[in-house]
Amino acid sequence: MNFYAVRAIYRFEMARTFRTLMQSIASPVLSTSLYFVVFGAAIGSRMGAINGISYGAFIIPGLVMLALLNESISNASFGIYMPKFTGTIYELLSAPVSYGEVILGYVGAAASKSILLGTLILITARLFVPYSIAHPLAMLGFLMLTAVTFSLFGFIIGIWADGFEKLQIVPLMIMTPLTFLGGSFYSIDMLPPIWQKIALFNPVVYLISGFRWSFYGQADVSLGLSLGMTAVFLLICLSIIRWIFKTGYRLRS
Amino acid sequence: MPTIIAVQNLTKTYASGHTALKNINLDIRRGEIFALLGPNGAGKTTLIGVICGLVRASAGTVLADGHDIAVDYRTARAKIGLVPQELATDAFETVWATVSFSRGLFGKAPNPALLETLLRQLSLWDKRDAKIITLSGGMKRRVMIAKALSHEPQILFLDEPTAGVDVELRRDMWAMVRGLRDRGVTIILTTHYIEEAEEMADRIGVIRKGELILVEDKTVLMAKLGKKQLTLQLKTPLAQIPTELATEPLDLSADGNALTYTFDAQSDDTGIAALLRRLDAHGIDFKQLRSSESSLEDIFVGLVHAQS
Repeated sequence: MNFYAVRAIYRFEMARTFRTLMQSIASPVLSTSLYFVVFGAAIGSRMGAINGISYGAFIIPGLVMLALLNESISNASFGIYMPKFTGTIYELLSAPVSYGEVILGYVGAAASKSILLGTLILITARLFVPYSIAHPLAMLGFLMLTAVTFSLFGFIIGIWADGFEKLQIVPLMIMTPLTFLGGSFYSIDMLPPIWQKIALFNPVVYLISGFRWSFYGQADVSLGLSLGMTAVFLLICLSIIRWIFKTGYRLRS
Repeated sequence: MPTIIAVQNLTKTYASGHTALKNINLDIRRGEIFALLGPNGAGKTTLIGVICGLVRASAGTVLADGHDIAVDYRTARAKIGLVPQELATDAFETVWATVSFSRGLFGKAPNPALLETLLRQLSLWDKRDAKIITLSGGMKRRVMIAKALSHEPQILFLDEPTAGVDVELRRDMWAMVRGLRDRGVTIILTTHYIEEAEEMADRIGVIRKGELILVEDKTVLMAKLGKKQLTLQLKTPLAQIPTELATEPLDLSADGNALTYTFDAQSDDTGIAALLRRLDAHGIDFKQLRSSESSLEDIFVGLVHAQS
């Protein structure tokens, strides 16, 4: 294990995060807080509780997930895309590092940042909306699992992307709709029966459902299914990354 | 001298179908400066890319200090430093941070004293806290060299190290390369500047269209292929070379003022004495004579043309 290499990559990526503190931390925290102010504190007070949970509190897990998914993806994808774009990737490719170490460095840093961000958003939310966490350990577990899984996904996008547009497309055009339609703002039960069935094809439903369970002990789908689906997605991402490094896809000609 | 890099039957065909390297066999000796010469697109950068891990070989093996670069890549790569042709740096990092990063990436424990020495040698110490984006092109080039040397490699690849670098910096770089060689580092450089190879290299390899057409000691190469020329400035211009002298390897300049005689420098009988007597017999008088030796550039151009 090339410990120094993992540490070097991790530090490099974290330094990038702190160099762009406004963009990488402050901006997602602010935009998520706006949701809490508008939907939680302002509109939420006029809306009925969902399964006994005030609307403001109900949307917290979904909004944290929204930020977590988008930030994990954009962080990890940007982290590996930039060296490809500037050409500095030559150093990584010529270094005595295994692909596991490269992943540990890049994905570890992206996931760390997302977890930090998720925690900051939860703390900020407390200022606007009262909520409680029924299963704190499970909540932390979901937070970490999601951050790691979607940072892996982001890493794949960063390798695949050959332009800045592709880098933006997945978070903006795919993840945002999936998260909005994945039960961030409502319970799947509230949808007409046919849409409930369709919603089950949305992987984000399982993430939000499990995450919300850790807060309020209530879920749209069973906890086991939530964990299972997340694990499946994690495994898919790992297999793709394995394939990328084995074939040198878009890395080594 | 023992071999430090052994390239065996190396072939690289890109996905596009272009074969950039054709069955290359090359041994680099420990401690030498090896210059790889060749026209644009000859395969120099691809060859370096394969050895350093940027490009996957289609066939063949490469051993770096006895370690297979594909199988035992950790040990092999730790011994190699690479300075690529393109200036690629992390614009917003400081010099110190980027050099420390490189050392870590190659698996070495931090060693601030060593990095300080390195930066001082490359006249970058004063700029250690400067962001790379603020540096000049020449400084960025030196930052890349510092990065490549930060993990104390035994083998250093310099791909066109002095392309676009001013004369003074080029001299500094040559001095630095010699210093590294004196410390036992093996250096492989590619260059367009023949004078650079002539100045620096112990051995020279010429690559053309993916084939290594020649590997030779520089001095041997120059002696073997080196031709000498004798130029005579004539007192009165000649309209043409007299027919009696047509068998001699003579060239008349366009204005008829100079005669050039080409001879083999290695031969015992250069034929100069006989030529001068024959010229005298024909009443051709000269005011000045000058002899010159062909440079590596002439040899190189001759080689590349002869085979195309």
